[in-house]
Amino acid sequence: MTTILEMRDLDAAYGPTQVLQSINLQVDEGGIVTLLGANGAGKTTTLRAICNMMVRLSGEIRFGGQRIDGKATEDIVRLGIAHVPDGRGTFVGLSVEENLRLGAYTRRDKQVTADFERVYAYFPRLRERRHQQAGTLSGGEQQMLAISRALMLRPKLLLLDEPSFGLAPLIVQEIFRILRAINQQERVSMLLVEQNANIALELADHAYLLETGRIILNGESKVISSDESVRRAYLGY
Amino acid sequence: MQAFLHQVLSGLANGGIYASIALALVMIYQATQLVNFAQGEMAMFSTYISWSMIDAGFPYWAAFILTLVFAFVLGVAIERIIVRPVERAPVLTAVIVFIGLLVILNSVAGWIFSYTIKAFPSPFPSDAWYGSSYMSPHEVGMIFITLVVLALIFAFFRYTPLGLAMRAAAQNPMSSQLVGIRVGWMLALGWGLAGLVGSVAGMMAAPIVYLDPNMMAGIILYGFAAALLGGIDNPWGAVLGGFIVGVLENVAGAYVVGTELKLTVALVIIVGVLVAKPSGLFGRHLVSRV
Amino acid sequence: MAILGETSSAPAALYAGLSLRAWKRLGIAVILVVACAAPFFTSSYHLFQLTMVLVYAIALLGLNILTGFNGQFSLGHGAFYAIGAYTTAILLDQTVVPYWATIPIAGAICLIAGFLFGLPALRLEGLYLALATFALAVATPQILKYKNFDHWTGGVQGIIINKPDPPPGLPLDSDQWLYFFCLLCTVPLFVMGWNLLRGRTGRALVAIREHPIAAATMGIDTALYKSLTFGVSAMYTGIAGALGALVAQFVSPDSFQLFLSISFLVGIVIGGIASISGAVFGAVFIEFVPNIADQISKAAPWAIYGIFLIAFMYAMPLGVAGLIRVVGARLKRLVGPAERS
Repeated sequence: MTTILEMRDLDAAYGPTQVLQSINLQVDEGGIVTLLGANGAGKTTTLRAICNMMVRLSGEIRFGGQRIDGKATEDIVRLGIAHVPDGRGTFVGLSVEENLRLGAYTRRDKQVTADFERVYAYFPRLRERRHQQAGTLSGGEQQMLAISRALMLRPKLLLLDEPSFGLAPLIVQEIFRILRAINQQERVSMLLVEQNANIALELADHAYLLETGRIILNGESKVISSDESVRRAYLGY
Repeated sequence: MQAFLHQVLSGLANGGIYASIALALVMIYQATQLVNFAQGEMAMFSTYISWSMIDAGFPYWAAFILTLVFAFVLGVAIERIIVRPVERAPVLTAVIVFIGLLVILNSVAGWIFSYTIKAFPSPFPSDAWYGSSYMSPHEVGMIFITLVVLALIFAFFRYTPLGLAMRAAAQNPMSSQLVGIRVGWMLALGWGLAGLVGSVAGMMAAPIVYLDPNMMAGIILYGFAAALLGGIDNPWGAVLGGFIVGVLENVAGAYVVGTELKLTVALVIIVGVLVAKPSGLFGRHLVSRV
Repeated sequence: MAILGETSSAPAALYAGLSLRAWKRLGIAVILVVACAAPFFTSSYHLFQLTMVLVYAIALLGLNILTGFNGQFSLGHGAFYAIGAYTTAILLDQTVVPYWATIPIAGAICLIAGFLFGLPALRLEGLYLALATFALAVATPQILKYKNFDHWTGGVQGIIINKPDPPPGLPLDSDQWLYFFCLLCTVPLFVMGWNLLRGRTGRALVAIREHPIAAATMGIDTALYKSLTFGVSAMYTGIAGALGALVAQFVSPDSFQLFLSISFLVGIVIGGIASISGAVFGAVFIEFVPNIADQISKAAPWAIYGIFLIAFMYAMPLGVAGLIRVVGARLKRLVGPAERS
């Protein structure tokens, strides 16, 4: 099993404020890893660190064996990392289709049009709304759009920042079901940041727990979710 | 009645110039939240370059196209070199830099080309078939060229991938980075296009107001008025505002305040819009942060 | 809060035997002595230039009151300078009002004009106020040339003013008297500006600049203060214009073009925004530099202004006064206060 993403002794800071300390994290190729933790633990910062957005880094981040820490965000994206940020990050003033087209901005191959169909197959609701302005979509639809836009990149690694946030449980289940399908059918590796530990552990193979900038727990999701004392102490259920 | 119609049509022709400048201003505002005070001088300088080429023997349309290229490159260069350091600075710092740019362009033009007024040719012959007692051939040509350029710009933004990327970069720079768009270069391109559009305005205006380093001072004021009237963040509004201001200027000048106070009309529009409805006719509501 | 100066709660530190405040007072006294002596040692032309420095210093202080302390930004103060200048010119040309009385009249008119312009302008923030005042600056010469005002303004030809005679009995020629007259206006205006900015009004102005909405909730009538500040700022610049008219002995619409407003901007940027001493540094710059630059080429003054504006925004946003403050703070640390015995 090859490692597609590796963080070694990573420190991250916003200006003078240290947020992450000595993070060691791995994502296997084709695997799904979830990063759990409370508000303010540094989960979003971890994803931003991978894309080198707004943070100062020291330590190593390797993608497919190559170091990517310090590279420009636009270049990291071109290597095949798609980031679905917290708050969805959709272009609210543009149409659904324009959002998707932008997801494929860096691609030069001819299969972009075919990929529209692929994405609509995962999320039929988006096809109905393809010409609608993205800002008028519901929260769940915007999340679907954000994931779809990321898929249009044909990424090797998908970073997801709290995809369940603010969504009704039924929609969350639907989205996570589709995420599993994407992972299985397309072999897209995923790093999933979540506050909702329950549903994240169902999807992921492996879990890390982040508390005030440090990894305090890591292991297979099956093991963690079956260990009651761990669940109660750290995950709240 | 005929005189009135003539004023309106002539106003529409001038309006094309104002619409172009207003569009250039809005393009930059949308991407940066800044008003480029130096837009007029950039246009003036490009027009001088055009004049030099024509003076050196180039046919008009060749000089026109080459000037568009020059204006584009000038815009890109200005953004990358002079504006980039102050893009994240307080707004008024950027304003001062723009005023500095205005002043430098004006003085360099005066130094290279001297302050004597020069004539600038119109590509539309004065006896052309499309002229009439209502509109001179140049006025007809002006509106035509302006509309063509504006249509091309709109088509560019609407239908090309690069145009889409530029719109995205202006709306949401962070998400744009996440799809691989090089936001900094999109900004530079925006400045380039704005410079290009401005140069068209300059070349259309020069045959009427004559070429001298201060030729755009009044025109930029109308451009501001048009952009504010239409909504400083709305390109369609800017264009419509330009035509409205053009007609207003002529009609007010002919029937209300007299031709010598035309600039006051621009001043009144600017202050009036800012006080009564700062978002203009079609802009989005402006919010001030606490 | 360097702008508001020291409070006297802690015992003052001493440097070489004197407190900081005493040093500052000594410095000002020296400057005043030099200023009073200068007219007797300089040529007529240089005296003219020194007089203009005083005039510009008043104008720039007006602009600094607005820009620095109230956060409002005007690119159109040349208009108020013009109003002051034309007030003096018209009064001297068409009435029997003595020259010294035209100054307070010009000040009062500009105070009102500034207040009235400030009323709608108070709704505009930064960029938009800059736009509106820029429009004012560009439109001003055209307004001044308006045919219907010709019988007052003298139209494009302008109005010629006679140099005022010195009061009888004083051993001064008219140039020297004019210099002292300007000095007599400058000093109290600066003192008044000082008091304005350090007293309760000054604190309100700073509060409005930093947090306008919070200031309003504290009961500071933001609207009134903003308009008043604009009025006072215009008054200063108007007085400067009136004095300037006396010195130049001539007003015409083309004396008050965009170049003038931009000169004022250059003056405060270089001298130091929000600084009283900056007004003087800036005035020295805008009086002497164009004269020197003109000899290189007609385009040079404008070009130098542009380059300085941009360079200062990159490197020295606080201007010369800010630089002095920074250097002064470093020296303070080097020299160190001596213990009071």
